[in-house]
Amino acid sequence: MTGRLNKLQAAFVIARRDYTATVLSRSFLFFLLGPLFPILLGVLFGGIGAKVASDSERVRVAVISSPADFTRLDRARDELAALPGTGQLPFLTSAPLETNNKSLLNAGERSVTAVLEYPFDGPTLIGKLRPEDPLVGQVRLILDRASKGTAKVPEIGLVTLRQTAGATRNAREITARGGQTLLFLLTLLLSGMLLSQLIEEKSNKVIEVLAAAVPVESIFIGKLFAMLAMSLTGIVVWMSVAVGFLALFAPGLFAMLPEPAVGWPLFLALGALYYAMSYLLIGAAFLGIGAQASTAREVQILSMPITMGQVGLLFLANFAISAPYDSLGILAAAFPLSSPFALISRAALDEAVLPHLAALAWQGLWVALILKLAAAWFRRSVLNSGGPKGRWWKRKAATA
Amino acid sequence: MLQEKIGGEAAVDARALVKTFGDKRAVDGVNLTVPTGSIFGLLGPNGAGKTTTLRMLLGIIDPDSGTRSLLGHAQPLDASSEVGYLPEERGLYPAMNPREAIAFMGALRGLPLAEGRRRASLLLADRGLSDWEKKPIRSLSKGMAQTVQLLGTLVHKPRLIVLDEPFSGLDAINQEKLEALIRAEAADGATVIFSTHVIAHAERLCERIAIIAGGKVAFAGAVDDARDRLRPVVRLQTRAEDGAWRAALPPGARQVGREWRFELPDGGPEPLLRALIDGGAGIETLSIERPGLHDAFVAIAGASAAAEMGKGAPA
Repeated sequence: MTGRLNKLQAAFVIARRDYTATVLSRSFLFFLLGPLFPILLGVLFGGIGAKVASDSERVRVAVISSPADFTRLDRARDELAALPGTGQLPFLTSAPLETNNKSLLNAGERSVTAVLEYPFDGPTLIGKLRPEDPLVGQVRLILDRASKGTAKVPEIGLVTLRQTAGATRNAREITARGGQTLLFLLTLLLSGMLLSQLIEEKSNKVIEVLAAAVPVESIFIGKLFAMLAMSLTGIVVWMSVAVGFLALFAPGLFAMLPEPAVGWPLFLALGALYYAMSYLLIGAAFLGIGAQASTAREVQILSMPITMGQVGLLFLANFAISAPYDSLGILAAAFPLSSPFALISRAALDEAVLPHLAALAWQGLWVALILKLAAAWFRRSVLNSGGPKGRWWKRKAATA
Repeated sequence: MLQEKIGGEAAVDARALVKTFGDKRAVDGVNLTVPTGSIFGLLGPNGAGKTTTLRMLLGIIDPDSGTRSLLGHAQPLDASSEVGYLPEERGLYPAMNPREAIAFMGALRGLPLAEGRRRASLLLADRGLSDWEKKPIRSLSKGMAQTVQLLGTLVHKPRLIVLDEPFSGLDAINQEKLEALIRAEAADGATVIFSTHVIAHAERLCERIAIIAGGKVAFAGAVDDARDRLRPVVRLQTRAEDGAWRAALPPGARQVGREWRFELPDGGPEPLLRALIDGGAGIETLSIERPGLHDAFVAIAGASAAAEMGKGAPA
């Protein structure tokens, strides 16, 4: 005879089996290598794409003018392009005075975006352009600079401050968005697996053995935490590799990251906690929905609307960065499924710590509630533990 | 009587259990009392409500109404560590090996994992399955996998063992082994409940049975009580084909070939024998047979239920 397990002990037994069955399987190695594939493809196609973009995607303007006028315009363009923040100025190419602008605009190879006729009755820019297009302003700037002759662009005095409120806010917004996006991506990529977590037990009838031995809540808790532990194992491995790689090849990168309002140690701790919470919240919902599916095909069909729903959560959480104290920002922080995304961005923007304690407690409460509902739904619809047809108050009255 | 002998409360006590699926009432007011230490059979054709009754008793599903208690616990899962359950549809993780599967099933019932592994190795060795101890279950034969699941049901030494159609899918040799195992567990003090639609198993193993048909308990009690519901059957062959002795035969007597068959009259065999001898019947053979459980089942549950049971019975 053995000792009776409480709900958490039973959940641990389930979690231990699921975790070891997953992590010790061969497929887990592919799971760990998974992020390498997009990185490799990104490096490969990114390099090719950058070369293509540098060669052909830069805007070109053909200038129909005398060689002397073109030299003046091109020098003016280069002087402006040398200033910081003016890297997007168009390239200029020279065309003889007798050239037909249509032949330049319709040329198949090395086509130009616009043609500048200069200096006939005043310069004219020809192309599919509207007055407010940036190219129009850039060409006007080049013409103005060319009219100044050889006069230099004036220098200005510069006083460098360590920090300003505006600059700090902008920098922290970068951290906030980065943290939120990373949290969202990890949750999106890793929580989807929970949709199919009970398929195996249902298809090979193990569910009957489990449900006869431990409460259904324990099965759900165990499965959820096993997958959380599995995903954390993956994240720890990926982060270790990434940090090691960056420390080796780009050691200065860490110093460039804008410091969040609560400081790096607490921000990272909160990031881990909010990841766990977002995984548990969304995972509990996924587990509950996926448990209703009988086949892998049903799970696949369910996954699309669920992914769209997650993207909706990210949009909602974005308001927590741009307008944290507006109604939508507050809603994003209060709505349980978007709350972790909203709060991680708040940790980057705001120094207050107490709201995080309250938010974690709130999110934990919802994890328990969703698991309870999911388990009850499973017992009722999958294990057929529901009562007879009819409204619950009628049944209650009948029992009384 | 058995319960009083063991001295404890009933291992299982169910009162007025009702379960409805959609518009179908699968279990309709079932009352059951299983004495501690007994081997108890739940008999009935497929769809009679046996599995649903067992699932309610174990707490896998809740009844719509009625109460049940398992080893004295109103909430069956509270007794989980003292119960072993073999479901009708066997279920194991195909990638697990037998040793881990047995240890895991024990762990679900509160047995420490290390102890579960130790016991699993011993149990597998006892059944000559040591070579398969660390091979994935998907590579085992169906019979081996069933054995593994049965060992997982027993590894934590439960006080109550619930087996749902345990003999289905087993060959004759393994059925005999399972019968021996059930008797051994009962001899060790465990209460064994099993459902079956094969009357022969219940007849050989059970001290008490419940016959379920149409979601209701048609009979619950000792196997002897069920058989005693019918009068013993007399089979008689006489040398004389006709004569005055025929008036001594009871009204329901029927002739099958040269043999007469009828229920033993209330007065017993002596008056009948005297009348046959005095009437010049010339008794060639005479036997008085006690009815089998099958006959009792037909009488209690009806011929159609018995025919349904016969469909799944082994030849």
